Formats: sequence, structure tokens, C-alpha cells
Amino acid sequence: MRSDLEIIQQWVNAGQHVLDLGCGDGTLLDYLQRERGATGFGLEINQEHITTCMGRGVRVIEQNLDTQGLDNFDDGMFDVVLMTQALQAVRRPDKMIDEMLRVGREGIVTFPNFAHWRLRWGLALSGRMPESNALPYKWYNTPNIRLCTFKDFEALCRQKGIRILSRRVVDGHHQNSWLARLWPNLLGEIAIYRITREAST
Amino acid sequence: MPDSLPSDSVGLVSPQTIAFESPIELACGQALDRYDLVVETYGTLNEDASNAVLICHALSGHHHAAGYHSMADKKPGWWDSCIGPGKAIDTNRFFVVSLNNLGGCHGSTGPNATNPATGKPYGPDFPVITVADWVKSQAHLADHLGIRQWAAVVGGSLGGMQALQWSLDYPDRVRHAVIIASTPRLSAQNIAFNEVARQAITSDHEFHDGRYHDHDTVPRRGLMLARMVGHITYLSDASMGEKFGRELREEAYKFGFDAEFQVESYLRYQGERFSERFDANTYLLMTRALDYFDPAYAAGGDLSRALAPAQCEYLVLSFSTDWRFPPARSEEMVNAMISARKKVSYAEIDAPWGHDAFLIPTPRYTDIFTAYMGRAAREVGA
Repeated sequence: MRSDLEIIQQWVNAGQHVLDLGCGDGTLLDYLQRERGATGFGLEINQEHITTCMGRGVRVIEQNLDTQGLDNFDDGMFDVVLMTQALQAVRRPDKMIDEMLRVGREGIVTFPNFAHWRLRWGLALSGRMPESNALPYKWYNTPNIRLCTFKDFEALCRQKGIRILSRRVVDGHHQNSWLARLWPNLLGEIAIYRITREAST
Repeated sequence: MPDSLPSDSVGLVSPQTIAFESPIELACGQALDRYDLVVETYGTLNEDASNAVLICHALSGHHHAAGYHSMADKKPGWWDSCIGPGKAIDTNRFFVVSLNNLGGCHGSTGPNATNPATGKPYGPDFPVITVADWVKSQAHLADHLGIRQWAAVVGGSLGGMQALQWSLDYPDRVRHAVIIASTPRLSAQNIAFNEVARQAITSDHEFHDGRYHDHDTVPRRGLMLARMVGHITYLSDASMGEKFGRELREEAYKFGFDAEFQVESYLRYQGERFSERFDANTYLLMTRALDYFDPAYAAGGDLSRALAPAQCEYLVLSFSTDWRFPPARSEEMVNAMISARKKVSYAEIDAPWGHDAFLIPTPRYTDIFTAYMGRAAREVGA
């Protein structure tokens, strides 16, 4: 399993009700269902992914986050809402985070860091939009329309009064490195945040 | 006539009539002392009877869902595209049961059957049947066949309503409910179309208050009109446009009121054919069953509360151009299932054919249906 998914599964407790926004082919939910006894749904718009989910027993709802939001989910109905590598692809990530923490007690978010040194270096040297393992697209065809850095995300959380419960940083191959832990905003390519609105106990 | 049957066909099949000699209480307060159900089955029931799939038919459907009755048949059963060896409902893995519902006109006890009280056909005296009544009779059928629990109950349109009702009335007897192109209740517009159809039938002079058999006639014209208006609601504007456009049967306008446009002659042909094979009283009953269906009613209109007893997993599918039961109606059902914390999967399939799309094997529909049913089969070791 990809190491970011490995980290996420450790943050989901047995039997929790989980919503996975942009669940892809359902790998993570499938694992959580089998290994953690989790219940819940994935939301997805990719047709092949939806079919794969249905074939493997992952409950999936065809729903577009940008146009349909999460209006059809009740407040606090999930223990955990996951969003792996999709926050940067929605039109309003700030509202998405609000919605995640409306329908779920906790959110787990992963996204690529636009302040990674290789991207900074690439932009500085070439003057062209950077590409990397985590961001392998051209500027004109990228689904990642709302790129941000770890610092940006943390500033948004502060502004919204959202608590960051944990943060893990991995490189483009989803490996955990000590360097990335030391200077995350410079050396980390992908961050995994666990967030909540609930007061600390 | 095919010389040989396709390899993915269930082949030659024959219906059987099963007699139920104990009374069935109906929602309307009446009871039937005895009744017959005409049934077709495809595939083999496994040892622990866990691989059975029930097919529920729609308004004008019947038991003949797949295969051929004889080598002279021009067409296979109505859902042959989805039922057969290697198809979405794979008869190599599942034992498939398809019946003609109570009140039907294809052999199961209905208005054409003899009323034991009078020795004449029931006609209009046949009790009004509800979706829940059908499900109850299907449960008796399951008992008869030795099926404790269905691997899946599957249906499109009115058939989907039966699948939903099954999950509420017999929660422990359904593993999967597959609800395709359906709705949790009819809209005012849906009921309005049904009313036009019923008025077409009852205002036909040959209807004789439903006792047309006594007069050796049938309200052919009324049935034809009912089918014509119904048929329009099964297609989409785009699919009718593509099929007929404004095409004329002859080259120029004739400044009269005969069927000049192709679409007119198509509808007349469909209506006429239907009026030859369908019973008017059954049509009234089926449309009423549609109108009355509203499982949320007993829960004060709260569908998610009504869903509380369900234990099965749901697959809900809708079609983009279906304006009879549009995707929004399926989504209403899905959202209630989500609220009720039921296991549900949902997809809206892009298809140009309107409501009829559930009968047409588009690639995405087939892929999803096959993937989902494949898992349902694996779960029961089929």
C-alpha cells in the first residue's frame, strides 16, 4: 500500500463510519472495510473507478464535489472524512474543508506541496510552471487548479479555527524521510493532515 | 427466426404455473383464496439455495425475461440483454426467477382469471393490487422454491419499486436490492400521465365498466391510446428526434389528419400491437399500483425513517435522459439511504434513450451491472 494510505489507515479506528471524497478505485476504503471494519462511502466521478469500486464491494456514489457539494450528507454523520489528493482539484478548497468538518468529526486531507524545493527551483531556473512526481501535468491540462503550500494550508486552518491533530510529510514516492520531517515546507512533497473543529479534550 | 440461438442466451425456456392454495390478504382489505403465478427460471439453484435472483417486471412486463419459447420466436425475453450466461445477471452463477405478477394478464391470476364466486372472469372485480401485495406473493413463491434469502432482488422502473419494497418488508430475505430507473414515489406529473391512460381506457365504448368479456369485446382503442401516451414517456425527446425527426411517410403534406409523420405511425403501430396482447383491467391495476407506491407514507413522508428496517445493500442506477423517473428521483432515494446509514452505491448512466434505457445494454450500464452482480455472486460463493 502507498505510504500515505498506510499513514491514513492508522488514523482510522475500528468500525468508524468513513466518507472518502474522490475515492478513486476504492483501494483505501476497501482496505479500511476489510482490515478496520469501517463502514461508509466513497464519492467519485471517474466512471472506470466507480465500476471498479462496485466490483470490489466498496460503496460508491457518483457525485461531483464541485457542483453537488456535500448537501446530501447530514451534520456529523461520519467519524472521519477523507480527501486524498483531491483538495487541490476542487474549485473552493476552503468551503470543501468546512463541509468536510460539518459532515465528519475529523478530516484527513492529503495534497501536494507547491513549495517543495524542486518546484521552487524549477520555477526559478526555467521560468516555466514546474512539474514533479506529485504534479505530473502541464499548466493547461492539470486538474490541480488550487495548488497551495503546507504553510498556506496551515494558515487557512488557523483562520478557520480548525485544529491540526497530526501532520505527516512524505516525498513524491510516498516515502517518509527525516529531511522532510525537518523542513517540511521545503523538502516535503505530500502532506497528510488530520484536522478537526472539535475542542481539545 | 434464428436457426441457432446465440451462445449467451439461456436458450429455449418454458414457463410453469405454480398454484398457491392458501389465501393471500391484500392491502385493500380483500383476500384471494387461491392464485396462480406463472414463472420462468434460468440457471441452477445451488445446494444452499443462496444464489437465487428475483427479477421484478415493470408496468407491461411478464415472466418471460430471457431466452426463447420456440425457435420461431422473433425476439427473446424482455430483459435478455442482461440475463444469460456471461451477462450481467450471469445464469452460470445465479438461479434466476422471473414471474408474471398477480393481477397480470400473462397467466398469473388477474382480471382475466375465473372468479370462483361467480364462475366468470374477475374483470373489474379483481382487487386493486399494491407493490407490497406483489412482494408478499413473491415471498410465497420464494418459500415454494425453497429460497430463504435472495442473493439479489432486481428490477427496473415499477420493478425497482418491488425491489425496494422487498428490502423493507422482508429485510432478512434480501442481500442486494438493485433498483434501476425507478423512484420512491410517483410525482403529480407521473400520476397525471397514468390518469390520461386510464381515462383513455375507461372512456372507450367497448370498456363496459370493465366487463368487456361479457360483451365479447375489448377496449382496443382505449388501450392503444393508453400505450401511446405511456410510450412517449418512455422515450426521450432526443431519441425520438433521432429515430423519426420530422420525417414524413410520403413526400409532401397531405393537409389531413392521417398518420403523416413517421412518429405518428410508429406510435399507432406500437399502440395497436399492445392492445392486441394486453388486458385493459390489468393496465388499470398496474398504473394504480404505481400511483399508490409510497413507502415513506407510513413514516410521515420521511423516506429515510421508512428505510430503517432494511438490511440489504442497495445499487441504485438512473439514466441521464429519463424524464419519467429522472436521476433526481433516484438521488432522492439514495440520499434517504445515506441518511438512514444503509449500504448504497449509485451511478447516473449517460444514455440517450430516456426511461427505456434500462432495457438497452449500453457499455457503462453493462459494466457497472456486471461488476456489481459479480460481487453479489462471489459473496454467496456462486
